[in-house]
Amino acid sequence: MFKNYLKIAWKILLRHKLFTFISLFGISFTLLILIVITSFIDHTVGRQAPENRQNRILTATYFRLTTESGGNTVGPVVSYYFLDRYVRSLKTPEAVTISSFHKNVITYKDKKKFNFALKYTDGEFWNIYDFKFLEGKGFSSADVEQATPVAVITADVRKKYFENQSAVGEYIQLGENSYRVIGVVDNVSLLRILPYSDVWVPITLSKANLMEPKIVTNEFPGYFAAVLARSRSDIPAIKAEFRKHLSQVEFTDGHFNAIWGGVERYSETISRVFMGSMKEPNLPGLMLVLFLLMLLFMILPTINLVNINISRIMERSSEIGVRKAFGASSKTLVGQFIVENIIITLLGGIIAVFLALIILSIINNSGIIPHLHLVMNWRVFYKSMLIAVFFGFLSGVYPAYKMSRLHPAEVLRGGE
Amino acid sequence: MIKLSNVEKVYRTDKIETLALKDINLEVKKGDFLSVMGPSGCGKSTLLNIMGLLDSPTRGKIEIENRPVNNLPDKKMAYLRNHKIGFVFQSFHLINDLSVVDNVEIPLLYRRIPGSERRRKALAALAKVGLSTRTKHFPSQLSGGQRQRVAIARAIVGQPEIILADEPTGNLDSNMGQEIIDILMDLNKKDQTTIVMVTHDERIAEQTNHIVRLFDGSQVN
Repeated sequence: MFKNYLKIAWKILLRHKLFTFISLFGISFTLLILIVITSFIDHTVGRQAPENRQNRILTATYFRLTTESGGNTVGPVVSYYFLDRYVRSLKTPEAVTISSFHKNVITYKDKKKFNFALKYTDGEFWNIYDFKFLEGKGFSSADVEQATPVAVITADVRKKYFENQSAVGEYIQLGENSYRVIGVVDNVSLLRILPYSDVWVPITLSKANLMEPKIVTNEFPGYFAAVLARSRSDIPAIKAEFRKHLSQVEFTDGHFNAIWGGVERYSETISRVFMGSMKEPNLPGLMLVLFLLMLLFMILPTINLVNINISRIMERSSEIGVRKAFGASSKTLVGQFIVENIIITLLGGIIAVFLALIILSIINNSGIIPHLHLVMNWRVFYKSMLIAVFFGFLSGVYPAYKMSRLHPAEVLRGGE
Repeated sequence: MIKLSNVEKVYRTDKIETLALKDINLEVKKGDFLSVMGPSGCGKSTLLNIMGLLDSPTRGKIEIENRPVNNLPDKKMAYLRNHKIGFVFQSFHLINDLSVVDNVEIPLLYRRIPGSERRRKALAALAKVGLSTRTKHFPSQLSGGQRQRVAIARAIVGQPEIILADEPTGNLDSNMGQEIIDILMDLNKKDQTTIVMVTHDERIAEQTNHIVRLFDGSQVN
């Protein structure tokens, strides 16, 4: 049966080459864009170094604080002191790191100017995020405690600053400070915003007054904490423990009197920012909005495909009459047509995958986002094919329904 | 085999009602070969479509093997068409995108039969109509007579008890037409297949067991 559908689908593709070209162009262009978006999302939140343990990593980044008079502050606003007191003190996790977000520093060497991202962090950072070390290793908690002027750099910094020579043991000048390089890691994409940087140095070398007892910091670029759970099943307990800590916050800054936030997955944080007025995460809501956006994007190409499909079906009315006369039920015919349409959209999907490979490499090489490395991995491929099947279904249902309503006696009356 | 009692068919459009069939009472016995004759537009094809469950009557009762089939759900109707009835049309209605043997296999696609078995049955049906050498051809590569023989092979491949033929010789010259009638005669005599055939041609109708004449939607015997 399926082989027969395949034969017919193929023959119909060949019958009107212009129609086929228009359909396939529409399908593959639509799917191409969705694949590129999928690849972006995968690159931002999918599992990859240095976030291979991401299903066990929870982070505390965005918070919302309000004052009695109705004022509020939102964003990565909490201080090192707050994170140290209320996140580092959690008992359930295996490890906790507190880092700054990155800031850009300009430095010169041999009259050449460099602009590097700098992040202040601690020893646990290297245990929670699994960077690929090309040379040396990360700094230890002891290095951080003693404020040893050491640095970990990326391959890109080594290439630019050390002209691709071995860098461990060499010194890098950033601002007024000189740091001894003790490790070189693979480049990290900017979209991996939490681990991202070009240079990492011990947080104790920061000029900020870290332990000033204030909840909100006005230092740039702010701090975040990342927590590694012993296992995924520990995650609810960690969240609960942090909620308890949050309910016991002492508001030392004076005017703030309420705080919202969480130790949570990054996607939950995003959903809290966009869907939960920064108060509570709303992951299903975020997924629904993404799905609706995808649907909205697919509407025009779908209508186009539906039209082409309907005109193709009317051409095939004699075939439909014959199939009905010889025992196909309406349901079977709907199934046949949807299968045919899914075959066509899958074909468009495969074309789109090849086009996407080209587009992704163009985006990667354009340098718009530092160290962006969009790829077509199995995760992206499988999601793309799923989207293609969904698209095929969407654009096949209505024409198939119309087809199944054709009256066999009427369509068989005419000639071939 | 097929029994029609007080069957009436009215086509309604926005303003006019057309009475296509009026008070038809007809019984087709097993092994019968019946011709339906009458001028154009007298309701012959409508009658055949109603017998073949492709159309439903406005009033009256249809029975196949003593079971009323008027208001069966779509799936049951499809099952009956698949197992009991084979159609032959004036303009063949072969699927041009499929080869001869794939066309003949169509009724078997809607039964649970493995592919090899389908192929075997389709080739046997083609042998029966003398087209063993044309199985891989496409309909456009065949003459009219050959196409109608493919259509007959398609109608008999599922071994239905009834064949409904709507002017099967209407698009053919008299020699080819006679060939087709001979094949149908043969099926009727050897396999006891019940055949109802619509025709314009008095000479062809005379070769069948019975003739039903219609005029303006009514029986005139």
